[in-house]
Amino acid sequence: MTTTDAGAPGSTTHRFENVQSVRDSLRGVNYLADDGIAGVAYLADRLQKPILVEGPAGTGKTQLAKSIAEITDSRLIRLQCYEGLDESKALYEWNYKKQLLRIQTERGEQGEDWTEIKDDIFSDEFLLTRPLLEAITATDPVVLLIDEVDRVEVETEALLLEILSDYQVSIPELGTITATQIPLVFLTSNNTRELSEALKRRCLYLHVDYPQLEREKEIVLAKVPDITEHLADQVARIVRSIRQLDLKKSPSVSETLDWARTLMLLNIDNIDEQTAKDTLNVLLKYQTDIAKAAKELSVESD
Amino acid sequence: MLDLLNGFVVELRNAGLPVSLTENLDAMEAVQHIPIEDREAFKYALGATLIKNHAHWRSFETVFEVYFSLRGPEYKLVEGGDDDTDIDELWRELQEQQKQDGSGGAGGLDSLTPEEIAQMLMSALMNGDQGVMRAMAKQSVQRFAGMEPGRPVGGTYYLYRTLRNLDLDGMLEKMMEQARQEADGDLTSLEERLEREEFEDRIEKFKGEIEAEIRRRLVADRGAEAMAKTLRKPLPEDVEFMHASRDEMVALKKSLYPLTRKLAARLARKRRHGRKGPLDFRNTVRHSLSYGGVPAEPKFKYPRPAKPELVVIADISGSVAAFARFTLMLVYAIQNQFSKVRSFVFIDGIDEVTDYFRATEDITEAIHRVNTEADVVWVDGHSDYGHAFEVFWERYGKDIGPKSTVLLLGDARNNYHASQAWVVKEIAQKARHVYWLNPEPRSYWNTGDSIVGEYGTHTDGVYECRNLRQLEAFVEKLA
Repeated sequence: MTTTDAGAPGSTTHRFENVQSVRDSLRGVNYLADDGIAGVAYLADRLQKPILVEGPAGTGKTQLAKSIAEITDSRLIRLQCYEGLDESKALYEWNYKKQLLRIQTERGEQGEDWTEIKDDIFSDEFLLTRPLLEAITATDPVVLLIDEVDRVEVETEALLLEILSDYQVSIPELGTITATQIPLVFLTSNNTRELSEALKRRCLYLHVDYPQLEREKEIVLAKVPDITEHLADQVARIVRSIRQLDLKKSPSVSETLDWARTLMLLNIDNIDEQTAKDTLNVLLKYQTDIAKAAKELSVESD
Repeated sequence: MLDLLNGFVVELRNAGLPVSLTENLDAMEAVQHIPIEDREAFKYALGATLIKNHAHWRSFETVFEVYFSLRGPEYKLVEGGDDDTDIDELWRELQEQQKQDGSGGAGGLDSLTPEEIAQMLMSALMNGDQGVMRAMAKQSVQRFAGMEPGRPVGGTYYLYRTLRNLDLDGMLEKMMEQARQEADGDLTSLEERLEREEFEDRIEKFKGEIEAEIRRRLVADRGAEAMAKTLRKPLPEDVEFMHASRDEMVALKKSLYPLTRKLAARLARKRRHGRKGPLDFRNTVRHSLSYGGVPAEPKFKYPRPAKPELVVIADISGSVAAFARFTLMLVYAIQNQFSKVRSFVFIDGIDEVTDYFRATEDITEAIHRVNTEADVVWVDGHSDYGHAFEVFWERYGKDIGPKSTVLLLGDARNNYHASQAWVVKEIAQKARHVYWLNPEPRSYWNTGDSIVGEYGTHTDGVYECRNLRQLEAFVEKLA
C-alpha cells in the first residue's frame, strides 16, 4: 500500500499539514486538543473517513466539530438526531405540494405527456434537501456534524451508512448523487446505547474523556477571561477531586467553566471550603451529589 | 512493518477485541500518514482505526506497549534511541547535582545509598518533573528489580520487588509533611486534600513508569508474543463475578453504571416501539381529513404494556456475595423499568432490604447497609436455602401475586440442609415467572452440595450468570 491512495478523486488538497498544525490552529480558536484529538482529526482528513466521537456529556464533542469548521473555514451543517428521525428529515424529501401544483396546472392542457410530467416532477426543482444531502451537494467546504447519533433507532442508523462510506446518496427517482468534495464528518454519541458494528466500522473512533488536570487548567485559563493562574489551578484541582467521587453525574468541562465564571463574578480569588460548598450547585446538578461532595470536601482526609 | 502490524492485530483478536478486516486495512493505511517515531500519535492512529469501544482501550494499550515499546533493533534505534539519550543525559545531570551537594560518590547509581535515592525520588515527585521521574523509574528498576534474563517470572514479581524497595506509601506521608512545612504548617483541610491527591496522582504515574520499564525489559528478553500472552486480561464484561480480583471489581463497578444507563434506554425504547397498540379510531379519522376523508394513514394507540413487579431473593454469603451485589445494583439502577422492586437477602436467615434502597438514592450506600445491617444469620452463618425459603414463604408468601416476577440468586450450595424445594414450587404457582440465576459455571452445577437442579425444575429457567455480559442479557430479557 502506498500513499497514492491520497490522490483519490475529490480530494485535491488536504486540509491539514500535520498533527501539530491541527493542534496549533485548534488552539488558535481556543480549543485545546490533546494528542488523541488532534491526531484523529488529522487522520480523518487524510483517510477521508468520518470521526465517531464518544464520551461523557459536556466534554466538548460538539465543540470540536465547530472548532474544526472554524479553522478550516468551512460551513457547519448540523443534523441533530432524535428518536423518530427519518429519511425525509435527514436526507431529502420531495416537495409534495409543489409537485401537486405542477400536476394541477398541467391538467386540462393538451399535448402534455404523462411521462414528461413524471420526469419533470421528480427533478431537482422539487427536491427538498435535508442536512445530509446538503452536505454532499455543497460546493463550498463543509463540516457535517451528526449530533447524538445514539438517539436514533438502530434501523435509522442504516440511513447514514451509504453517506458515511461512499459519500453519496441514492435517490430512486434521480439516481445517485455523489459528493463533489469530501466533507469532514463528525458523529457524536453519548453512549446511551451500543452503535451498530456497521456504523462503527466506517468511522474512526475517538473517545473524549474528562481532561487531565493540566489541560483542564489551560482550558479554564483560555475560556474564562481575566482569571488568575492560581484560581484556575484551584478550580481544576477541586474538579478533579470531585470527579473521583462516586457521583451520579460528574461535573463536565462546561460546568467547570461555569463554575470558574461564577467565582469570577463573585470576585473570589481564593477558594476555601466555604466558598466551595456554597457554589457547588453550579458544578453538580443532583441534590445527593451536592450533599456528598460537600461532605467529602469538608471532612478531613486523615 | 506489515508483519509487525499483522502480529499486533492477531494479538488484539486473541485478547478478545473484535477487529474486522476493514478496520485492519484502515489501520494499515493510517500508519502511512503517521510516522512511527511519534509514539503517541501512532498509538492514537491505531486506536482510532482498530478500537471502537472505550472499554477496550486499556487492553489495547497493553498490547500496544508490548508490541511497539521495543521490538527488534531497528525500532529501538529509531524511537528508543533519542529518547534514551535524553534520559541518560538527565540522569547524568542529576548525578552532577548530587555530587555538588556533596553526597554522591564517584560512580553511578550503585554508589548511592537507598536513602539518597529516596531523597532524589522525593524531590522529583515534589517538583512533578516528568523527565526526572522517568529516569528515576528506569534506574530503580535496574537497581532494585534484580531482573535476570530467561527467568520465568511474571512482571508483577519484579514490580513488587522494585516498589518494596522504594516505599512509596512512606514517601507520600513525607511529601505531605514537607508540603505542610512549606505552607508554614498550616494547610486547610481542603488544601491538604488537594495536595494529597496531587501527590497520589504523581506517585501513580511513577508506578506506571516503572511498570512500563519492566515490561520493556521483559519484552526485550522474551519477545513480544510471549509477553502479550502473559499480560492478556479479560475485558471488564467478561470478568467472572466469583473470581474477580480487587482491581477487576473496581473496573466492574465502573462499567456497571454506563451499562445500566444503556440498558434503561434500550428497555424504554423497546417498550415503546416493540408492539403497536390497537387502532386509534378517532385519531385516524382526524388525520384522514387532510386526505379528503380517505383514511390513508392509520393511527395506533400508544402501547402501554404493564411493567413487571420484581421480587429479588439473593444469597449474600461468601463467594456469591459479589454476584448478588451486582445484580441488586443493576436491578435498582433500572428500577423505573419495573412497577415495583422488592428485595430480600439471606444466608440462613432471611431479611427484607427494600427499605434500604428506598431510603437513599445512593445504591452503594444501600448495598453497604445491606451487608452490615440486614439480619440474615439464623444459626451459624452458612447458607441454608431451605430454611431461608421456608421463612420467606411464611412471612412474605402472601405478597407474591400473578404480576410478580421472582428472581432467585445464588449457587444453591445448601451445605446438605433440607432443600424445601416445595417453596419454590409454591412460588412458581402463584407468581408470573420464577427465574434462578447461578453465578457458577454450568459444569459445576449439581456437583457437591449444589442442588440447583432440584430447585430449577420448579422455575421457568435457570440461567448461568458469570459475568456482566450474561447478566445484561438476562435483564434485557426480563423487562
